[in-house]
Amino acid sequence: MTDKLYRHIGVPVDMAHREKLGKALTTAMELARCYDARVTLVAVTSPAPGEAAHNPKEFRAKLAAFAAELAEDAGVPVDAQTEVIGDPAADLDKALDRQFHELGVDLVVMASHVPGFREYIFHSNAGFLASHTDLSVFVVRG
Amino acid sequence: MQQSTDSGHQSGDEPVDEPVDEYVSDFEVGQDNVQPFGLDFHQPVFAISAIAVIVFVAFTLAFPQLAANWFGDLRPWLTTKFDFFFMAAGNIFVLFCIALIVLPVGKVRIGGPDAEPMYSYASWVSMLFAAGIGIGIMFYAVLEPMNHLLTPPLGMENLSEEAQRELAMAATVFHWAIHPWAIYGIVGLALAFFAYNKGLPLIVRSAMYPIFGERVWGWPGHVIDVLAVFATLFGLATSLGYGAEQSAGGLSYLFGISEGHMVKLTIIVVITIMALISVLRGLDGGIKILSESNMIMAAVLGLFVLLVGPTLTTLGAIFDNTVAYFRYLPALSNWVGREDMYFMHDWTTFYWSWWIAFSPFVGMFIARISTGRTVREFLLVSILAPSFIFIVWMTIFGTGAMDQYFLRGYEGVVDTVRNFQPELSLFMFLAEYPLATLTSGIGILLVLIFFVTSMDSGALVVDTMTAGGKIDAPIAQRVFWCVFLGLIGIALMEGGGLSSLQALALATGFPFGIVILLMSVSLYKGLAAELQLLEAQAEAEAEAEQAEGERA
Repeated sequence: MTDKLYRHIGVPVDMAHREKLGKALTTAMELARCYDARVTLVAVTSPAPGEAAHNPKEFRAKLAAFAAELAEDAGVPVDAQTEVIGDPAADLDKALDRQFHELGVDLVVMASHVPGFREYIFHSNAGFLASHTDLSVFVVRG
Repeated sequence: MQQSTDSGHQSGDEPVDEPVDEYVSDFEVGQDNVQPFGLDFHQPVFAISAIAVIVFVAFTLAFPQLAANWFGDLRPWLTTKFDFFFMAAGNIFVLFCIALIVLPVGKVRIGGPDAEPMYSYASWVSMLFAAGIGIGIMFYAVLEPMNHLLTPPLGMENLSEEAQRELAMAATVFHWAIHPWAIYGIVGLALAFFAYNKGLPLIVRSAMYPIFGERVWGWPGHVIDVLAVFATLFGLATSLGYGAEQSAGGLSYLFGISEGHMVKLTIIVVITIMALISVLRGLDGGIKILSESNMIMAAVLGLFVLLVGPTLTTLGAIFDNTVAYFRYLPALSNWVGREDMYFMHDWTTFYWSWWIAFSPFVGMFIARISTGRTVREFLLVSILAPSFIFIVWMTIFGTGAMDQYFLRGYEGVVDTVRNFQPELSLFMFLAEYPLATLTSGIGILLVLIFFVTSMDSGALVVDTMTAGGKIDAPIAQRVFWCVFLGLIGIALMEGGGLSSLQALALATGFPFGIVILLMSVSLYKGLAAELQLLEAQAEAEAEAEQAEGERA
């Protein structure tokens, strides 16, 4: 038990674009099964109505349901953690990093898209997290 | 398409007599958005706003003289033709707020019955200030009381010194207390209620849902949102114009730099760059830090002036001015049979239109920080607290300046009013007190930082408005609006200066005034329905409990 490589895998979830997470989630579940680790989905929202939910309460419920669904499919313990912040567009990366540290996650598995024009000026979330955090980050493309 | 259980509003296995929530929509935030190049904005609100702004900036920069002439004629036309509209609307908004406070709908809680406040009263009020009105208090605190002293409103000439002072202060307070905050209160409350209680997107059109129904997601809504964007941009550009004028005036006064054209343009460019940095740092890393530090700095400056100025007179005057304000309020807010057209048109009507133009911006900000308060609490605090702070601030600076004039015979401030150099009033006033260079420096710094926070929060709000209510749209869009706010400021400085800025604020204030009148009706309908819904729910729960009890 003591030589388990990973115990707790964190996966950032964009609730508005869940369809883009497939590969990253599969990867996280496979790794969790391999190392007998547990998974926590982390999502960030604001108090205002958004694409994914009308309010934080509904958002939390949706994320929890999503986690339960994944846990049942993969047979891996999956928890959900929602953080409500004022300005998700600017502070998403910092909020994710903080949550992963508070949760004591030892590996982050996250989806990223192929860097495009915008990434030359504004960093992508995965890029920021991978280069600024002291955690291990597994960036899954595609 | 969408399952109604998803939206958090129950349906399905309810009893038949359950009250129906008629102001619930299946509309989803961002459903009309497009995502070119990884951006995310509303179609067509973004396109219309962006193209109109680009065309406007290009036209004004290409034909500055023509633009200056047009805008120069626009302002007197609007203030003389529509003075009754602005004056009446201002009074209606105040009366409507009082009605909401005393009527039973006042107990509806924003964010639902269980919502808890996110911010303390103190940080709530300081954010209200820093959002946009900061530059105004720096520009007008000395200027306005002295102007009304020299040219008394209501045609009241030959008053005693005491009465003259009171009238000048009452007239100043009239423009900065209660009325503006009632306007912001209505817009903020309407936005907050329909977003946090009804789950509609945080955009102005949502506040019209009870009037337009589902059509609000179509063209009537597009028009309303585009109007809100324009009002915000031009209302803010006016504020920025004041900031540029005053900081250029201050710098030339302090360091002898010529107060030229290039200086003002350079200031706008430098500030835009600083605002961009603040934009990239986000709400907590940018605006919040800057506005908190600015509030502290402003408080220090106010306290310093209070102490080196006529401290006891000022403290007494705070009460007297409040009383005088209420005494003159009926006469000042009436527009029928007035003969003091200079005061009513150049000051009151202009202010009212400026506050209206500013209301979507300040309203969005208030809405975002006011969940968990009841309607009554929200209106009482957001109207009375800033009004009181304004009375104190204006009294500190106004009383000081009047004492300099009456007791010491100092003409420095009065000369800036007579010679149309309003940007220098504050600095000539501070020059009479110790540490003038330091306090003037702080004054300039305050103006510049208020300038940065206004641009940053303005870009944030316009971005949300053009992204269909999304507050997590890519930062690149805020950068776009921030840059164009700076460009509008530059274009209008080129095409006629401050009077053009004011004309545009007036021109956007007029249609948006109509929007707020409609919004008031809509808000009342929404609140009344909500109250009925809550009461019916409470009744149903009580009945269920009773039935339970009987069974047991």
